[in-house]
Amino acid sequence: MRVDIAKGILEKNDTLAEGNRELFARNGVFVVDLMASPGAGKTSTILATIAALRDRYSIAVIEGDIASRVDAEKIAAQGIPAVQINTGGACHLESDMIRRAVDTLDLSEIDLLIIENVGNLVCPTDFDLGEHAKIMILSVPEGHDKPYKYPGIFQISEAVILNKYDTVSVFDFNEAEFRGVVHDLNPSAPIFAISATKGEGVDAWVEWLVARIEAAKVVQS
Amino acid sequence: MHEMGICDGIVTAALETAAKERAVCINSIDVTIGVLTEIQEEALQFAFTVITKDTIADRSALNVTMLKARSVCGECAAEFEHGRFDAKCPECGSFVCSLLQGRELRIDSIDID
Ligand SMILES: Nc1nc2c(ncn2[C@@H]2O[C@H](COP(=O)(O)OP(=O)(O)OP(=O)(O)O)[C@@H](O)[C@H]2O)c(=O)[nH]1
Ligand SMILES: [Mg+2]
Ligand SMILES: [Zn+2]
Repeated sequence: MRVDIAKGILEKNDTLAEGNRELFARNGVFVVDLMASPGAGKTSTILATIAALRDRYSIAVIEGDIASRVDAEKIAAQGIPAVQINTGGACHLESDMIRRAVDTLDLSEIDLLIIENVGNLVCPTDFDLGEHAKIMILSVPEGHDKPYKYPGIFQISEAVILNKYDTVSVFDFNEAEFRGVVHDLNPSAPIFAISATKGEGVDAWVEWLVARIEAAKVVQS
Repeated sequence: MHEMGICDGIVTAALETAAKERAVCINSIDVTIGVLTEIQEEALQFAFTVITKDTIADRSALNVTMLKARSVCGECAAEFEHGRFDAKCPECGSFVCSLLQGRELRIDSIDID
């Protein structure tokens, strides 16, 4: 006997993501999901963003890693609430993990929640977490050809950060080609070249983020 | 890795439906996957054999329909098929296109006894 199901395979995740989204809206929390390869500079970018915005917004961070508390400790050392999620092998974060992490935070005290997804350019793309914006970070040493190989993540990101820009000449990174391909894949996504550890270029990224946060507030109120 | 999670979603939905129908055996599961999800059918089939072990879907077939990417041009409204990367209007050359199809992750139906 044939039985129709006609459901999204990720429906469970999507439903839980919707619940997260409502929870964030109710508490006036803006949520960004940072996605990148291992070592591209997600934690460094978060630290630079915290340094730039901590006087303006109350910030919290969720750190997703397969194992260890290393990244959460780096954030906590800045006096910023940090929750570590260990996925124990899973290659991406899912909505239920975010919900459990969020339940340990006092959302009413938070304006900006930054999620560091597990280092991976493929898997996080299909999983809605209830965030306002997915942002992808590519670091210069990974090469300018990455958008050809991993188009999905460039297409679903609202903005692209090109990190470790201080090494652009060392790695013969063809920035014009990179910008062209990303633009073809996702014409509306701005590209911010930054050096997270040196703080260079971070202003433009932060200015975009602030505009995005304030725009969401207008929609919510 | 990724295929494991996707496959888990497929098998969970299939088992839930089968339980509701009081099935004793799942013969086949039909799913539709868009190419832009970057899901590899081979890896999905492998995950499927692992995840269905010791369930009533143990000997079922996973029938995968892969869907090509399709977009509509924002400039001239032409509809066209394209690959993973080249979402460019073949009529007017515009890159300002919206995706119609290609990111599907859908379980369509199951066949049960
Ligand atoms: N030269 C240079 N190095 C950087 C920059 N940003 C990060 N790094 C270095 O790159 C390494 C990885 O940075 P992280 O911020 O830990 O990267 P991550 O993406 O969080 O890494 P995982 O969480 O392990 O996936 C560290 O040694 C950083 O010091 C940068 O802008 N320039
Ligand atoms: Mg990190
Ligand atoms: Zn056209």
